[in-house]
Parts: sequence; structure tokens; C-alpha cells
Amino acid sequence: MSKTDNSRRQFIGAGVAAAAGLVIAPGVTLLDLAHARPADEAASSANRWGMLIDSTKCATGCNDCVTACGKENGVASTGHPEIDPQWIRKIELKEVKSGRSHSLPMMCQHCAEPPCVDVCPTGASFKRADGIVLVDRHICIGCRYCMMACPYKARSFVAEPITDQKPGRPRGVGTVEACTMCVERVDAGMSPACVEACSSANHGAMLFGDLNDSNSEISKRIATYATTQVRADLALNTGVRYQGI
Amino acid sequence: MNSEAFRKNDQSVFYAVLGVIGLVVMAGLGAAYYMEHHGHVVTGMTNQIVWGLPHVFALFLIVAASGVLNVASIGSVFGKPAYKARAPLSGLLAIAMLAGGLMVLMLDLGRADRLIIAMTYLNFKSVFALNVFLYTVFFTVVALYLWTLMDRKMHGYSKYVGLAAFIWRLALTTGTGAIFGFLVARQAYGTALLAPMFIIMSFSYGLAVFLVAQAVMYRWNKRTLDEAVLRRMKNLLGVFVAAVLYLTAVYHMTNLYFAKQVDFEHFILLDGGIYTKLFWIGQILIGSILPLFLLFTTKKCSTVVFASLLVILGAFAQLYVFIIGGQAFPLNLFPGMEATSSFFDSGIHSYSPSLPEFLLGLGGLAAAVLITVIAAKVLNFMPKEDYSQAAH
Amino acid sequence: MSNPAKRRGVLGWLCAALGVALLAGTISASAHDEHGHKVIAKAGTTCVRDDEFMRRNHMKILMHQRDLTMHKGIRTTKDSLVDCIECHVNPKTNSVASSKEDFCMGCHSYAAVKLDCFECHSDKPKSADGVPHPAVSPTEGKDKQSGLSGKMRGQMQANPISSNIGGGVK
Repeated sequence: MSKTDNSRRQFIGAGVAAAAGLVIAPGVTLLDLAHARPADEAASSANRWGMLIDSTKCATGCNDCVTACGKENGVASTGHPEIDPQWIRKIELKEVKSGRSHSLPMMCQHCAEPPCVDVCPTGASFKRADGIVLVDRHICIGCRYCMMACPYKARSFVAEPITDQKPGRPRGVGTVEACTMCVERVDAGMSPACVEACSSANHGAMLFGDLNDSNSEISKRIATYATTQVRADLALNTGVRYQGI
Repeated sequence: MNSEAFRKNDQSVFYAVLGVIGLVVMAGLGAAYYMEHHGHVVTGMTNQIVWGLPHVFALFLIVAASGVLNVASIGSVFGKPAYKARAPLSGLLAIAMLAGGLMVLMLDLGRADRLIIAMTYLNFKSVFALNVFLYTVFFTVVALYLWTLMDRKMHGYSKYVGLAAFIWRLALTTGTGAIFGFLVARQAYGTALLAPMFIIMSFSYGLAVFLVAQAVMYRWNKRTLDEAVLRRMKNLLGVFVAAVLYLTAVYHMTNLYFAKQVDFEHFILLDGGIYTKLFWIGQILIGSILPLFLLFTTKKCSTVVFASLLVILGAFAQLYVFIIGGQAFPLNLFPGMEATSSFFDSGIHSYSPSLPEFLLGLGGLAAAVLITVIAAKVLNFMPKEDYSQAAH
Repeated sequence: MSNPAKRRGVLGWLCAALGVALLAGTISASAHDEHGHKVIAKAGTTCVRDDEFMRRNHMKILMHQRDLTMHKGIRTTKDSLVDCIECHVNPKTNSVASSKEDFCMGCHSYAAVKLDCFECHSDKPKSADGVPHPAVSPTEGKDKQSGLSGKMRGQMQANPISSNIGGGVK
């Protein structure tokens, strides 16, 4: 075998390495966000998980986030629209005077001062240290007081026995449920299913991140652009912020 | 007529009535089992109207329960002998109605089997949890109060236990009003006015229930109510009904000055369909104006009882408008915009009460009646007429 | 063994034996306890705790762990319900609680203790669609999203560097 001239190979190799470095470099900083908390470490208030939704990028009729949530958590329609649990929904808005219309997804806003937590008689509705508001369905008695208290109509009552739950995503009859911000995924270092679906489809309307980390993309955007909270007058300090409403 | 036969006839009528009431209670329990087994999908309650007809019945019973104790409180705390003689019956009705109301609430829970959890895991910031505490202690305090009233040895303590019962029931009714008053989310609730309003409502409903129960007992035992006592009590009921009317007016008038509440007021007062009808005809006409007129112009016992029944009907109408109408009006997340979604973010939410809900509510009412009837048969709750006549 | 037929025969038996051995790793061993109830568990594995300890205390472990997981977000594999199910599933019914033949229901129906867990929790093992469940630590996850590169990909997709940062808001 003759001696091969490796110079071209080396050049191509170096070029590929450089290109890979350029491509991966942004990912390296984002890798901080992707670093999952170790399984035996408790959630801490050093983080505050939040979402930023740009309703200007939300298309009327697009339901990718809703579909993804349903698929991830096993929430499906049972044919009774008034009773079906819905963790996330698309709201189509139309300004009465001007006729301007836009749409946005609405889900549990994961407030820092959640009214649902204040009213739960058993403490089943609680706020985790990192800001995610959850229903502990082990101790929920199904009184639905939190549903009366929620200003965003985020909670649903499971009115029919469920038998086809997804493993790892428990939900059952007689308890109240709502968007969990895909807490199991967040703990594993991923983003919620709705955000993931919106990004994979390149709509770019939903962003997830740590509001307490000033270097996160979401904190930077909130520091740069005007964002609002729905029903801001209630001063609930929601974890879900919106642009363009 | 042979007195033996007469008494036997009475007995069989009594057991027949007891049987009917018992059947209604069984129907209520059956409805609760049906709801528990199939889930709340078999009821008319939805994610929009989360509290329905059972809660209307339950709240009537609970509010009236704390109010019916008023009669006893006027006797023990304010020292009016005519009322003091009626205190045991009033205490019994309080316990019976609270038991019936709580029965409905607990059986309506999505996970009624977790009642132990409701009593062991208590979030004390929740007014619901505080209420659980208030209701249980109320039973104890009223039971103690009954003991001091009915056991001759304990008569001396009745004043003190009566005062404790009075303060406790005020706290309880405030707590019940606060269930709604502490809710910031909905336009119908979230006002501090609801605490005193519920207290006045309890005075009115409680006294109305007492007058009806008292009349039934007197009729059954073939006694006539003293005219002076009747006059005092009917006038008092008139005052309470007027006070409820006053607070209702204040509530709505204040709302009308808040631009963000005007839509809600239009809904209740003008274009809310069934809710507007129930408000004006049920609550105002039948529940307030007509009884007021009857109470202040009559001297007959039967008319007073009729007026009391009208007050009770008006009470149901008021609670229906308050609880269900308050939920039927949609949450306004985006003021100035029309919102539509798959989760009924717009439009008045519809609600059609189902049979299981009605039976459950009725069952609770029947349970209260059952407890009263059995206790009245076993112990002597008839008001004694041997008190010294107070000056009128 | 120069005889090719004999070699093929021996090789064939060896392969068969290997196949059986591999298969045996996946089938469940089922012993019977003193009441005659099948104790279904994955063969070749041991439970995270002693058998006797588990019999008496599994409910305490479950109750304690659920609070840790729910309220603190601690999702260690040792006491994960999903992992219990992975091991104890009855391969015939693909469940732990659907009938008296299954692991949980076998004892619970005998002892007449109602199982509340599966009103909400799935009694079936994780299906192949790979719903990522956090008890599997990301580095040993089988689905592509929990691998390191998958995580990076996921994060880059979730946090797009917008190309129109200036004009993103109307």
C-alpha cells in the first residue's frame, strides 16, 4: 500500500472540528440550563421556572402545544367538552373596538402567590420550592375550592374514572388537576412538552427557563422586551409571562 | 273518641312520616353512591360550574343552622325568657341542620373516602380548613349548651355556655361567608361584605326555619302558640328580612359603581335569564317583599308560617343566584377583548341540575328533619310555657 | 471435531442454549409464598429491599417516597413506583393489579386491602413510546431525548437564538 497523503484529510478534519465547535459552542452555554438536577436532590428556591409566550408568533388555529400536552400527559377528550379536563388551551382573542385579533395558549400560570394554594383545605394544592404549583393528588379530596379560586380557570376536575394513564404521569377520578409545567421533564433537565413542540415546529412562540437565572434566555428577554402577566392587577406574580397581548 | 285509639293513630302517623323522611334520606345516600361510583360526570356540575345544587342545599342548611341558634342566644345571652324557653329546640335544630348540610358537602366530594385526610392534613390558611374546625367545635359547644339547658343541675352554666355558643356561631357564619369573600378571582365574590351578609342571612333563614319547626311541633302536640311570643318573633323575622334586603341593595349598588363590575351586574339584574328571574322574583319578591308585607300586617300564626316558608324559598333562590350565578358569569382574563376557546372562556356557562344532585341535597334536608323528629320524640324539646311573662 | 455435521449439531445446540439463557433473563421468576400467592419478579434481580422487610413495610416506603417525590422533587430510582412495576409486572396481563394473578393484587385481594394507588397511577410498565420518566437518570436513559446529545439538541430547540432579536416584538 502506498503512503497516503493525509494533508487533505487533516485539513477536512480540522475544518469539521472548527465547524462543529462553532455549532456546538452555543449549545455549551445552553448546557447549563440542560443540566438536570441529580435525582436525589430536592428542588430549591434558587430556581424559579417560568415561561415566556410571544403571542405575536402564535398562529390562530395552531394547536401544537395543546396536542403535545395531551400526548405527554395522557389528557384526552372523553366526548364531554364541558367536563373534559384541559391543562392548556388556546384562547383566540379579539379586541372589541379595533377588531385586532391574536391568540395565545393559557395554562396554569404558576403564580408566586397562588390563590389556589391559599384555599386548599388539605394542602394538596401547593407550590414547590422552585415555583411550580402542583396538586398532590394523594391528599386531594376533590372539593374543587381551588377551581373556584383560580383566576385563570386553569384547573380541571376529573369527573370520570381513568384507566389508560401514562406510566409516570398519574391522574385519577375525583381529584383536581392542572398543568404541572411537565415537572417530571423539568426535573430531568428538559423543557415542558408544549414548549418543546412549539420549538420543534419552529413557531418560536414559547420559551421556558429559569427566571432566577439572569443569564437564561428567558430572563434576558424579560429584561429587554415589555412583557405582561395576565390579570396583572391581582399581583399574583405569575411564572408565565406574555408578550404581545 | 277513645283516647287509646287516638294515641295509636298518632303513633302510626308518626312512624309513617318517619318512614317517608327516612326514604328520602336513603335516596340521598343512594344518589351519593351513584355519584361516587361513576364520577361526577353523571351530575350537571362541570369545569365551569364546579359547585352546583348540592352546595345550594348544603349552604342553606349550614347558614340556617348557625342562625337558628339565635333564638337560644337571645334567651341566654340577652336574657329574654320567652326565647330562653325555646332554646333547647333551637339548639337541636342547629345541630340537626348542620349535620344535614355537612352530610351533603362531604358526600359530594370527589374523593369522599379521603375524609380522614381532610381532618388530619389541615392547611390553616384555608378558610375551608378553618371551617372544618369551626363546625366540629360548634357541634360540641351546642351539645354542651343543650346539656346546660335541659339538665336542671347545669342550668347555672347555661348563660356562659350560651355566650360561647353565640360567639362561636358568629365565627362560623363569618367563616362560611369568607369561603366566598376570600376569593379574588370571580366578580360575584371577593368582597368583605359577604361576612356580615351571611350573618344576617343566617339570622333570617334560621328564624324562619325555627318558626316553621315550632309551628309543626305545636300543631302535633295540639298546643297554641302564645300571641305575644308570636308577635315578637314575627316582627324579629321581619327585621331580619329587611336587613338582608338592605345588604343586598348595598352589594349591588356598590358593584354598579365599579366599571369592571357593571357587566356582571347587568347579568344578574337584567339579562341573566334564569338568574335574573330567580333574583327578582325568587329572592326579592317572594323571599323579601311579600314576607315583609305579610309579617308586619298579620296576627295569625298560619300566615306567619306561610311567610316563613316564603323566606325559605327566597333563601334557596338567593343562594342559587349567588353560588351558581356567580360561577355562570365567565372570568374576565382579558378586559376589553372577546376571548373564545375550547375551555369555555367566553359566554355564560350553562348548568342543568341533575337528579342525583337534587336527591343528594334533598337527602341532606331530610336528614336534618329526621334528626330533629327523632330527638324531639325521645327528649322533651317542647318550649315550656311556665316562664314569667316579660313586659311587652 | 472434523465432522462438519457434528460441528453444526454442537453449534446448533450451543446457540439454542445461549438463546434460552438470554431469554431466561427476561422472563419473570415466580415463586410462591406461604399463602400460595405468586410473587412475580424479574428473574435474576433482587428487590431494592429485603423480602420480609418489603412485605411489612412497602406501604410505609410508598407513603414516604410519594411525599419526597411530590413535594421535593426527589426522583431516585430505588423507590420509584414505575421501577417497581417494571420488575413486578405479570408478563401475561402486562399489569401489576389487573387481576388476582398479578403481583400487587394477589396479596391485596387476599388481605382485602383496597388498592388506591392505581386509581391514578398506571399499573402497566412504561411503553415503548418512551415517555421520559425522571427516575431513569438521563445518562442511562434509553430514549434519544435523555442522551447527552439529545439533551443538547432539546435545549437548543427550546431556546432558539432568534435571528430577529430586534424585530421579534411588533
